[in-house]
Amino acid sequence: MAQNENNQHGSQADDESGSGTLLTRPFAFVGETVVRWVNVLGKATIFLIMALGNALRAKQFSKVVKQVYYIGARSMTIIMLVSLFTGMVLGLQSYHALVQFGAQGAVGSLVSLSLIMELGPVLTAIMITARAGSAITAEIGIQRISEQIDALHTMQINPLRYLVSPKITAAIISFPLLTAMFDLIGIAGGYISGVLLLGLNPGVYSHSVQAYVVMSDITNGIVKAIVFAVIVSTVCCYQGYFAHMRRDSHGAQAVGLATTSAVVTSCVLILVSDYVVTSLLM
Amino acid sequence: METPLIEFKDVTKRFGRRTVLDRVNLQIYEGEVTTIIGLSGSGKSVMLKHIIGLMKPDEGAILFRGKPISSMTKSEITAAFAQISYMFQGNALFDSMTVYENIALPLRESTNLKKAEIDRRVMARIEQTELTESAHRYPSELSGGMQKRAALARALITDPKIVLFDEPTTGQDPVRKNAILSMIAQYQKKFNFTAILVSHEIPDVYFISNRILSLYNHQIVFQGTPEEMENFDHPFKEEVIHSLEVLQKELTGLYSKRQFEMLNHLQMKRRPEEESYCLVVFSLQGLNGIASSVGHDAAQEAIRGMGLYIDKHFGAIGGFSTRRNTNEIITMLPYSNLSETESIMKNFVHDFQKQILQSIQESACKLSPGGPVELMIMAGIAQGRSTTDIDSVVTLAKSQQKEIGRLSCAAGSE
Repeated sequence: MAQNENNQHGSQADDESGSGTLLTRPFAFVGETVVRWVNVLGKATIFLIMALGNALRAKQFSKVVKQVYYIGARSMTIIMLVSLFTGMVLGLQSYHALVQFGAQGAVGSLVSLSLIMELGPVLTAIMITARAGSAITAEIGIQRISEQIDALHTMQINPLRYLVSPKITAAIISFPLLTAMFDLIGIAGGYISGVLLLGLNPGVYSHSVQAYVVMSDITNGIVKAIVFAVIVSTVCCYQGYFAHMRRDSHGAQAVGLATTSAVVTSCVLILVSDYVVTSLLM
Repeated sequence: METPLIEFKDVTKRFGRRTVLDRVNLQIYEGEVTTIIGLSGSGKSVMLKHIIGLMKPDEGAILFRGKPISSMTKSEITAAFAQISYMFQGNALFDSMTVYENIALPLRESTNLKKAEIDRRVMARIEQTELTESAHRYPSELSGGMQKRAALARALITDPKIVLFDEPTTGQDPVRKNAILSMIAQYQKKFNFTAILVSHEIPDVYFISNRILSLYNHQIVFQGTPEEMENFDHPFKEEVIHSLEVLQKELTGLYSKRQFEMLNHLQMKRRPEEESYCLVVFSLQGLNGIASSVGHDAAQEAIRGMGLYIDKHFGAIGGFSTRRNTNEIITMLPYSNLSETESIMKNFVHDFQKQILQSIQESACKLSPGGPVELMIMAGIAQGRSTTDIDSVVTLAKSQQKEIGRLSCAAGSE
């Protein structure tokens, strides 16, 4: 009898704890996720600071130049292509919208301001993330799982100095340069569609660009590009560097997931930080 | 008492709920070759990674020259680890760099040497490891054996005081396995570094090791010399050593030292004390002379070929053989007296020179694409009785050695 009572009490307690778990589970999940994100944010910040701390050490220059070539120079073709068509589409759309109000003379200013303040930095960052960011994560990830990073440790070579620091420095150099190129070619694209294809007066287009774009617009665009460079390079290097610590996968699969994760996280953070930076600069 | 170079005191390491090292205690002494043996997955590589600082123990302490690493300052730790080099099991070569660049990397990044000096040192190591033709190839373009040698060259490029070898012979054929072990032994003597090996190559590692550490059930169950290992009575020996020795016999045709002693013991027990036996010692001279430049593989191939032929020839009359060290084979002829053995040897030498020497030379020279290699094959006979100490018979046979053949590979022979 006593045993039955105990059993009953036991099952009642189980039910209570079960319903309790069911009630608290969403909160626990949210709490755990937030704590994990804060942890990752802290680790990534330390990772960035340590990498930047090694940027000006000896023997870094040639590595940075090499990375500028990989991240910057080799992204030029895709940036030129995307910027040209972005400018042309902008020119086309804005012409058809403005012509209804007889304000087609503002096409130049609309195209240039859109590109310099928003589309240039954002699209450049997203294109570099897709092309170079994913490659950075995969490269570092493979080096991690094949023990090449451990080998650097054993050779007394700091992996952050040797692998990560040149990539972040090169990104900080390359992003503003590529953004400037994106803006310039985009404006030329607007000229092609607006002036050459739709018959807008070339002088009006050029004057509109010169009259409405001020230096602070360009500076703000460059500031955004630098912020995006830091975000993209840190996220991509971090994901690759810690690919072996992923809880959802191991080995080559971990590198694949780290690469996907790096691209998605970078793109989301580019858009979120774009809003934050824009609101701070306005 | 000598302070150990590296000491583990009750070191415990867990991965999640799995305990890999459980209160491990060990000592590694300076200038010695220490080999860690154990089954796959028993935690040998984890131990090495603790020594190099890639992992930290959950419990216990690791002492470097008597001082706990956990109480060292950052500069002391850096100075300690700068003396250590590590050769990874999977080589860990940078696949986007050529062999030359891989070997030069530690010098380029951690020293202020001039380009010409780096080039000189790297090329010397490349030649020593017989990688001259592969210097500008990428690791993916090399065979497993060549990758291993490139990793070995990179580990030795900074002239380290301590070198950790994580299964340096994995994936090598029997000839190259012995060549790598012989190269490690030779470099260890030449540069006097402390070598710590993880290896399954039993009994070959005994020839080059001063101390053996046996890892079993997450603990060190034996520490001592290879000779002491012979008298070690533990389930580890049945599970690990015996299974590996059977494999060794299948691969080389020669018995392990332990099996040889056991067979000899049984033979001696069966016969009256006054009955004699004969023993032949075969040696490959010139091996150490050529080992510093080229010819490790050729020498090992020659000794393997000799082993197979000796086993075939003397096995038919009840003889049994073992490798004594990297360049010696001992053959016991329990049923032959001195005059019979001399007659058997005469036939052996005749057949060996007419039929066998040429084929051994051809296969050995294929593995010596570098400089010229010249090896002298010596043999000596001695007679003993069951009451005589076998080592004294071996010494006597060695003192009576005569040349029975000569192998020579021209420079660049293929």
